[in-house]
Amino acid sequence: MALFAEEHSIPMTHILSFQLNGAPVQALVKPSDSLLDVLREKLDVTSPKRGCDSGDCGACTVLLEGKAVRACLTCALTVENKQVVTVEGLSQDGKLQPLQEAFMAHGGSQCGYCTSGMLISATALLAKSPHPQRQDIAQEMSGNLCRCGCYEEITQAILDTARKGE
Amino acid sequence: MKKTGVGMCLVLHPTGRKGGGDPSQAIIQLKPDGSLFLKVGAVDLGQGALTMLRQVAAEAMDVDIATVYASNRSDDLAPLSAGSAASRVTLVDPHAVMEAAKDLRAKIAAFAAHRLEIDVENVELADGKAFAKDNPHHHMTFADIGMIANLGEGVILVGTGAWQPAPVQGHDPETGYLDQESVISFGCCVAEVAVDTDTGEVEVTKLVQVWEVGKAINPLMVKQQINGGLQIGMGFALRENLFPHYPDPAHGIESLADYSMPTFMDYPPELIHGIEEVPHPMGVKGAKGFSEGSATAPGPAIISAIHDAVGVWIHEVPATPEVVLRALDAKEHGGATDYWSHQDRSAWLA
Repeated sequence: MALFAEEHSIPMTHILSFQLNGAPVQALVKPSDSLLDVLREKLDVTSPKRGCDSGDCGACTVLLEGKAVRACLTCALTVENKQVVTVEGLSQDGKLQPLQEAFMAHGGSQCGYCTSGMLISATALLAKSPHPQRQDIAQEMSGNLCRCGCYEEITQAILDTARKGE
Repeated sequence: MKKTGVGMCLVLHPTGRKGGGDPSQAIIQLKPDGSLFLKVGAVDLGQGALTMLRQVAAEAMDVDIATVYASNRSDDLAPLSAGSAASRVTLVDPHAVMEAAKDLRAKIAAFAAHRLEIDVENVELADGKAFAKDNPHHHMTFADIGMIANLGEGVILVGTGAWQPAPVQGHDPETGYLDQESVISFGCCVAEVAVDTDTGEVEVTKLVQVWEVGKAINPLMVKQQINGGLQIGMGFALRENLFPHYPDPAHGIESLADYSMPTFMDYPPELIHGIEEVPHPMGVKGAKGFSEGSATAPGPAIISAIHDAVGVWIHEVPATPEVVLRALDAKEHGGATDYWSHQDRSAWLA
């Protein structure tokens, strides 16, 4: 059976344009592609990790218009003309952000698989509430899993960044 | 009603393998820019094996760690190591790196002696330089040596090292004496829990874990391993279960969404780690492994804290709310202070 789209000559691909880390990008995408597919497979941006591909682990978290979203659950076509930021876009002029420095100082990373998602979620958290309490951090970050168990170190890094930002 | 309790667990964790056949090898090469390329076989799953071995190499060669690159890529290309198991890497692999560094130092000294036109006994290596002992100004940097050796004279300066602990012999039939099977690390974990007797939920409110590691080559990574072991141990004690609704296998775990590993929300609000150092004669600088032990300690500490709180020994993990409630129920109705859920399960299956 032919697909509905084929039968009606509806194009199966679309040239998607959006801003990635401040620069305009384009990619040929299918309607079924997720933002994660586009970032990893089409644009070679591999910092968002495909941990579970079902929104459970948080390793693919990116900023979409400043909000932390799961790239694996975001339909690529919905980011048309929007701003997407991955961990590559956090540093400015080759200088790490205070949050990234704090992750290093406190040891907020072991194998590193969850780290880019953690950094993005923590960036969104600090943008929303610059002075979070321990409990806020636990709540906001609970969607990001870390099997090495760096939760304590990451919590300390976020608290430290918030303290220094005052 | 919430009841609180405290429990403790002591761990003797054997590290390293002494049954024989536990090789470690390392290769260090001086590159044209004076940096060092360290090749090892130790697998790094994120626990920091490469960082630790780079530290050992940098100190043995007396250079800045930023100039030491390390690789363990591919079993086909890397030197041998018996692997990241038995908490053995920190205990065994640094010996191979030390041997390789000793070998490379001798080769650099010989090369420098030839270029500086002095006796090799008169060459000293320190701070990334080779110089004459009697005239420190007469020197070459590792960058000079790397450049001239690799590109000028066309030679390669490589140090190799291998090390293997002597296998333990069988016990003495006369006296029954047996060598200590392996090096032991000592750990202690104290957990404070709050058990909700209405819902069966167990909350870990405070956790202290202290490990005696011989020598912490990288204290930050030791801390990470202690606190990371907590996450694994806490999941083991309270949450992680492939068949949470046994006996029906249809309720088995199918995705990460169903698998209940601890998150930020489950971490104890008060978490304290401690590192003790009593150098062990077998380790480089007295260091020994411990990491896997840090995952075993929280489980028994949490289970005994539950006993302290509600007076029931739970003889299975994970102690999920269901298990805790059934245990409390069994105690209330039969006075039982020990609980195995398969007693119940056999009743369901009957």
